[in-house]
Amino acid sequence: MSERLTTAQTTDDRYYGQFGGQFIPETLMTELQAVAKAYHRYRQDPDFLHDLHTLLHDYANRPSLLYYAERMTKDLGGAKIYLKREDLNHTGAHKINNVIGQALIAKRMGKTRLIAETGAGQHGVATATIAALFGMDCEVYMGKLDTDRQRLNVYRMELLGAKVHPVTTGSMVLKDAVNAALQAWTQRVDDTFYVMGSAVGPYPFPQMVHDFQSVISRESKAQLQAVEHHLPDMVVACVGGGSNAIGSFAQYIDDPSVQLIGCEAAGKGVNTGQTAATIEKGTPGIFHGMKSLFLQNDDGQIDQVYSISAGLDYPGVGPEHAQLAALKRATYVGITDEEAVQAFEYIAKTEGIIAAIESCHALAYVMKVAPTMRPDQTIICTLSGRGDKDVAAIARYRGTDLHD
Amino acid sequence: MHAIGGLIYMTNLKAVFDQQKVFMPFIVADDPDVETTVKSIVTLAENGADVVELGLPFSDPVADGPVIQAADLRAFKAGVKTATVFEIVEQVRTQTAVPIVLLTYVNLVYKYGYDAFCQRCQQLDISGLVIPDLPLEENAELKAIATKHHVALVPLIAPTSGKRITKIAAQATGFIYVVSAMGVTGQREQFSKQLATTIAQIRAVTTVPVAIGFGIHSPQQAHELGQLADGIIIGSAIVKLMAAQPVDLQAQLANYAQSIKQALS
Repeated sequence: MSERLTTAQTTDDRYYGQFGGQFIPETLMTELQAVAKAYHRYRQDPDFLHDLHTLLHDYANRPSLLYYAERMTKDLGGAKIYLKREDLNHTGAHKINNVIGQALIAKRMGKTRLIAETGAGQHGVATATIAALFGMDCEVYMGKLDTDRQRLNVYRMELLGAKVHPVTTGSMVLKDAVNAALQAWTQRVDDTFYVMGSAVGPYPFPQMVHDFQSVISRESKAQLQAVEHHLPDMVVACVGGGSNAIGSFAQYIDDPSVQLIGCEAAGKGVNTGQTAATIEKGTPGIFHGMKSLFLQNDDGQIDQVYSISAGLDYPGVGPEHAQLAALKRATYVGITDEEAVQAFEYIAKTEGIIAAIESCHALAYVMKVAPTMRPDQTIICTLSGRGDKDVAAIARYRGTDLHD
Repeated sequence: MHAIGGLIYMTNLKAVFDQQKVFMPFIVADDPDVETTVKSIVTLAENGADVVELGLPFSDPVADGPVIQAADLRAFKAGVKTATVFEIVEQVRTQTAVPIVLLTYVNLVYKYGYDAFCQRCQQLDISGLVIPDLPLEENAELKAIATKHHVALVPLIAPTSGKRITKIAAQATGFIYVVSAMGVTGQREQFSKQLATTIAQIRAVTTVPVAIGFGIHSPQQAHELGQLADGIIIGSAIVKLMAAQPVDLQAQLANYAQSIKQALS
C-alpha cells in the first residue's frame, strides 16, 4: 500500500505551537517514549500499513460513505450537504479507525492487554471489539455517571469480553475516566497498552489519533472530488477531545478555502456554567499530559463540565485544536443540548438517520449555516457515530422513560 | 528567604541532608483547616522532622492514592486555594524555620505564573518544588525561573525510569525523590535490590541527596531505607493520622515523628 498515514505533520515534534508536550508522571515516561518510538517506526512500515488498511477495509467496513443529504439540503435551502457516514463503520462510530491503528502497534510491541477510557462508550466498545479480535485482555474505565446513562454500551463491552470499571471519583465522567486509566497504566506498564481514544493526552497520542483518524478526510476529499470536482467550502465536526474533528479536518488544513468548524458542547448554554465549551470559555493550562485549553478556575483547578452528550463533556481539548483555534485556521462554536436534540430529531425525520447525539452538535450547526450559503457551495458534515445508544437518553430528555 | 531576628536566612537543602538522615513528613495544606496544618507543621518540626513536605491539592491528582485524594477533598471542602498554602507557610514562619518543600501539580504553578509562584516561595523560604506531572523533558522553563529564585525543582525517579536515571540525576537540584514500590506483597526483597541499584546509579553521577518516598509507614521500614538513602518521605501514614482527627492529634504526630526520627538515627 502506497498511501502515507499523515498529512502536514510529519515531524516528531511534540508541540503544536505552544500546545502539546508530555506532562506525565515519571513512572510513565519510559513507556511513553517506547510507544512514540514504536509508532514512528511502524507508521512507515509497509507490513504495518498493509495490516491497517486490510482491517479498515475488511473488518471496519471502510471506506465509509459520503452521502448527499438531498432532502436536508432542499429543506434547509442553501449549501449542498454531504454527510460523512462514520456511523456506518463496524461498532458504529469513527473510534474504530484509531483503535485498529493503536492496537496493531500494541501487538507489535508485544503487549497482551489493552486499557482505555471511554465517555459515551463508543471508544470502549471499539477497544473491546479489537481486543476480542486480537485475543487480548481489555479493561475499560468509564465514569459512573456515564455507565448509568450508557448502560447499553457497558453491556456491549462486557459481551465482548472486556472488564468495565465504573469510576466514582470527581464528577464521575470522561475526565475522571482518563484519570483512572492513567493511574491504572502507572501501576502496570509491562504488558499493557493504553489506547487513548481522543486527540488528547501526552505526545505521541494526539499525533497517533490525528494520523489514524485522518482516513476520514482522506476519503472525503477523494469522494467529493469524484462527484463535485472541487473541494468542500466547509467541513463541520463535533469536538469533545477532538478525534473525529481532527480526522475530518486533517486533509483540508492546508487548503485555506475550506472553512473548518468544530462544534463544542455548550450544554445548557456557553455562559451558564453548565457547559463543556472548552475553546470558547477555556484558558491555557496543563492537564492530562498536555498543554492546551481547559475549563478551570483562577487557581487552575479543573472544572466539572456538563453536556447531555457523554462523549463531549470533557474540560479540555486536543492540543492541535487549541493551535488551530489560536491560528484562526479553524473556528469553534458552541451548540446547546436543546439545539443538538432538535438536530437529532430533525435528521431522523428528514433523512431516516439516527445519529449520535455528539454528531448532532455538528448537524445543529449545519442547520444554522446551510441556509446562509449559496446552492453552489458544499458542506461536509461528519456523522461520527450512530445514535442507537442515545435513544433512551433523548426520550428521557423529552419526558419519556423507556427503561433501556 | 525570610527574616528571623533581622537576619536573612535561606535554606540550603544539601546542608540539611549533610547533617543527618532526613525525615520528611508530608501533609496536605488546609486538611482539615489552616490552623491544624500550621500546628501540625510546627509539631512535626519540633519532634524530628528535618524537612516538611506540604501538599497543595489539585482537582485531579493522578499520581496520588486514595488516602491523599481523601485529604485533598477535605482541603477543598475547607476552601483551599493556592493563596492558602502561602498563608499557611507565612504563619509557620513566625514559629519555625523548618525547611519546607511544596508538592503540587504543574497546572497550579502555571496558572499562578511560574515567576510569581517562585518569587512567593523565595519570600517564604520554601526551598523546593516537587511536581509529579513535570518530567525532565518539560521542566526547562520552570527550572530556569526556580533557580533564579533559589528554589530547587526536585526531580522524581521511578522504578520504571531505567536509562533515564542517569540523565535525571545529572541535572538534579535540591534532592532526588526516588519513588519506591514498597508494600507490593511478596516483592519486597526483589524490590530492595532494584532500589539499591537505582541509588547506586544516581550516586555515580551526582552528590545531590536522595530521599525515598511512597508507601513507607513503620519505623522499621524507615530504618532499612534510611541505610540506603539520605532521607525518607512519609506521606499517607501521616495523612491517615490527620484523617482520623483525634483530639490528641498533635501528641500523636509528635510520638510518630519521634519514633521515625529515632529509627533513622
